[in-house]
Amino acid sequence: MSDITYGQVATFNTHPEAAIPSESPLSVAFNQISVSTPAPAVNHASGVRLEEKAFLGHLILRGGAIVLDEAVRKVLGISLPGQPLGLALDESGERSVQWLSPDEWLLIVPGGEEFEVEQRLRDALGDAHYAIVDASGGQTLVSLEGEKARELLMKSTNYDVHPSNFPVGKAVSVVFAKSSLILRRPAEDRYELVLRRSFADYLYRWILDAGAEYGIGVQR
Amino acid sequence: MFYIHCPYCDEYRDEEEFAPKGQAHIARPEDPETCSDEEWGAYLFFRDNPRGIHHELWVHAIGCRKFFNITRNSASYAILETYRMGEQPRFSAEHPEGEPAEHGAAVNVVDEAGRVAGQEGVKA
Repeated sequence: MSDITYGQVATFNTHPEAAIPSESPLSVAFNQISVSTPAPAVNHASGVRLEEKAFLGHLILRGGAIVLDEAVRKVLGISLPGQPLGLALDESGERSVQWLSPDEWLLIVPGGEEFEVEQRLRDALGDAHYAIVDASGGQTLVSLEGEKARELLMKSTNYDVHPSNFPVGKAVSVVFAKSSLILRRPAEDRYELVLRRSFADYLYRWILDAGAEYGIGVQR
Repeated sequence: MFYIHCPYCDEYRDEEEFAPKGQAHIARPEDPETCSDEEWGAYLFFRDNPRGIHHELWVHAIGCRKFFNITRNSASYAILETYRMGEQPRFSAEHPEGEPAEHGAAVNVVDEAGRVAGQEGVKA
């Protein structure tokens, strides 16, 4: 394991080198539901398509906006969203930074990249006052697409998801189905939900139930 | 049900996302060792319970998770303003219609300078 110490902070790669199978927060729900009643497959009539983007790298960045913006632009070429509730993506759309609070941002990168990105950010940040926490194991990202996706959200959260209030490039942390999650809109026709591991099973079942009337399909 | 403007997220959200944390602007005594029991007891346990305008501390528990202040009328339930930590209220029991703009502007200048200085400190 490649341990590196930055000042007082010891970092380590959370990806096990031994071949230990990884399980996403939704693996239990996927397997249990497929035993009793199979998860509905996507077909041409599906008004909503659900797909889990498992094992992405989730990094929580905390610190001053100015130093973090410099470091993130240097390492990833993305500007930190300066406005509240902002969401910024890189050109490929695979890496994103979102505003969580005035001194906190969520950086999502493709799975396996997170440790290298974290190290490069630490190199770029130097002696600045900041914190980087790898939250990859604690949450997962689910994408919802389809013409009925917005109606599914309207049934589940009291946040106003009308395009006039929730345009592309906005990300909010909201009450959703009596639980909470992060709701993002990276593209016109796609919504992303960041679920906590402990809520993921419940929320997945809620979404399947709420989407039944729209013929929700699960992409595996 | 309140519809509360979070000064950090800069938009209105449902009360469900917030949690009240009691009276605002309670300063901890500078030197607890020299406090009388009465002063310390008043700081720890005794709170105002006015009928009318009241300043409260709230937290946006499910949104940005920041604490901020609300000026609220406890009789009519009207929320008069929300403002960030470190800022002073414009509405109070002495000024139920809001303080004159000059005073409010002066407070904002001090706050703006403080925030800018804070950011530079982080950068250095």
